[in-house]
Amino acid sequence: MKALLIGEYREAKLLDSTYELFGFAAQLGVKTALFLVGSDSQLPAYNGTLYLADATKYGEYNPDLHKRLLLEAIGKESPDYIVFVHSSYGWDLAPRIAATLKAAQVSEIVGLTEEGFEVGCCNAKMRRSVKPASQRAVLTIQAGAFQPVQPGGPPQVHPMTAEGTTTLEFVGYEPAEEKGVDLARAEVIVSAGRGIGKKDNIPVIAALAKALGGELGASRPVVDAGWVDHGHQVGTTGQTVSPKLYMACGISGAIQHLAGMKKSEFIVAVNKDKDAPIGEVADVLVVADVMQFVPALTARLAR
Amino acid sequence: MKILVCIKQVPDLESRFKPNTAGTWYDEADLAFRMNEYDEYAVEQAVQLREQVGDTAELAVLSIGPDRVVEAIKKALAMGCDNAVHVQDLQAATRDPWQIAGIIAAFARDKGFDLIFTGMQSQDRGSAQVGVTVAELLGLACATTLVGFSFDNGTITAKRELEGGVKGVVKLSTPALVTCQLGLNIPRYPTLPNIMKAKKKEITVIPVAEILKEEALATTEKFYPPAKKGGGMVLEGDMGDLVDKVIGILKEKTAVLR
Repeated sequence: MKALLIGEYREAKLLDSTYELFGFAAQLGVKTALFLVGSDSQLPAYNGTLYLADATKYGEYNPDLHKRLLLEAIGKESPDYIVFVHSSYGWDLAPRIAATLKAAQVSEIVGLTEEGFEVGCCNAKMRRSVKPASQRAVLTIQAGAFQPVQPGGPPQVHPMTAEGTTTLEFVGYEPAEEKGVDLARAEVIVSAGRGIGKKDNIPVIAALAKALGGELGASRPVVDAGWVDHGHQVGTTGQTVSPKLYMACGISGAIQHLAGMKKSEFIVAVNKDKDAPIGEVADVLVVADVMQFVPALTARLAR
Repeated sequence: MKILVCIKQVPDLESRFKPNTAGTWYDEADLAFRMNEYDEYAVEQAVQLREQVGDTAELAVLSIGPDRVVEAIKKALAMGCDNAVHVQDLQAATRDPWQIAGIIAAFARDKGFDLIFTGMQSQDRGSAQVGVTVAELLGLACATTLVGFSFDNGTITAKRELEGGVKGVVKLSTPALVTCQLGLNIPRYPTLPNIMKAKKKEITVIPVAEILKEEALATTEKFYPPAKKGGGMVLEGDMGDLVDKVIGILKEKTAVLR
C-alpha cells in the first residue's frame, strides 16, 4: 500500500504539520511519496519521492492549479491513499480531488480502527469508525492527532508543471488582528465558554481571573457572540497558550479550543456535563454549575 | 439573480448522545433539533445578499431529511428566504457526504443558480465535504471557510479564515459556491411578523428517490464515545466542599496559590 502525502507551504514557509503526515503513514504502515507546492530552497527532511511545484508560479493557494498538479502526481504515483492535514488548505482541496477521482473521503482522522479510520463527531463528544468503500481513498488527518516524524532528507525531486485557467484570484494575506492581551505570557488564564450563559456573566469570570492574578481567556463561541474581544480567544484561530494554570469555565472543549490550551501545566475545568470533551485534557473536572462555583471560589480566594 | 442556501438540521450539541440500535449513529429519541450553526451564517449572508440585490433576486433554501427538518426550513424562510425545497429522506442520516452532495447537485443542476451558500461543515458529522463537492459536481468556482463576504457586480470578494487568525483574501466570479465559517456575520432572529409571513411561503417537497443516483463511497461502521484517557480527577458534590477541594489542589499542584 502506498500513500501520497500532501505537504503544506504558507507565507513562504514549509509548515511543520507536513511531518504529522509521515507520523500517520508510519502508523498506517504504508510506503510514502510527498506532493508539495512549495520551494526548492526549502526541501522537506524526507528521503523519498517529492513531487514539487513552484509556489511562486502556482500560488500558495490556488485550488484549480493545485488540483491539476496533484492529479498529475496521483497519475504517476497511483497511491491507495491521498493524505492531507485537515486544515484550511486540506479541507479545501481534498474534496475537489475526491470528487474528481470519485473516491471516498474520510475527514479529520484521529486514529485507526479495525474497520478503517476513527473520526470525531458531535462536537468531539463521540467517534465514528469509517470504512471507505472505494479502492482509493482521500484522507484528512486532524492537526495534532499524530506525532510528527522527520524521515530525514534529501528527497528525489520531480518538478511538476500545470497550465490552464483559474476561477479564483488570490489577493493576499491579512495578518491576524492585534492581540489585545498577550495570553502567551500569562501564568494563569481563566477562560469563559458558552456555558456561562450570557454576556452579563463575563465580569464574574474576569473577577476570578483577577483573584488568581491572571488574564481572561475565551472560547470561540463567546468571541463570535461578541461577549469579549477576539484578543482573548484561545484556540486554533486565536492564541495558543501554556500557562501554569488554565481554568476552563463552561467550555465544552471543541477540538479547536483544546488544540490551543492542552499544553497548559495544570488544567481545571468547570462544567455541568460530566462527559464534556474538556474532561479529556483536564487534570481536575469540577462537575458543577459554573455560575455558582466560580463566584464561590472567587469569594474564598478573597478571604 | 438566483441564490440557493443549503441547510442541515442537527441535534442540540449540548445533548448527551447514545448510539442507535444499528450502532452507527445517534439515537434521535430525546434529542432537540435546530439549524446547524454554520448554516445560520450561510442563511444570514444569503439574505443580506438578497437584500442588497433587491427584487430581481430570488433566494431558495434547501434541506434534506425527514419531516422534522421543515422546522429549520421555516426558520430560514422567516429569516428572509423566498421559497424552499425539502428533499424528503428518512435515511438522510445514513448517507455519506458524496450522496448528500449528489442530491444537492442533482437538484441545482440546470436551475441556473448564480450563487450557492453552505455552512463550512455540520456540527454533528463535521466532514466539511458537502459544499466543495457540490461545487465540483456543478463545475462552480468555490471558496471555503468564509469570515468575510462582499459582492459587487458578479464578483465576490471572500475572506478565508486560515490558521492562527491569518486570513486569505480571494476574488471569484459567479456562478460560484461559498462555504461559511462561524463569525461571518450576526445571524438575525426572525421577527414575529416575518415568522407569520414565512407561513405563506412555498415549500416544494421532493422525494429523495427522484434525485438520488449515487451509491455511498464510505460507510460508518460504528458510533461510540471516545476512549477515556483517564488520569483526570472528577469532583462532584456540595458547592462548599468543591471550593475547598479545588483550593487544596491548586495549593498542592500549582505554584499560583501560596
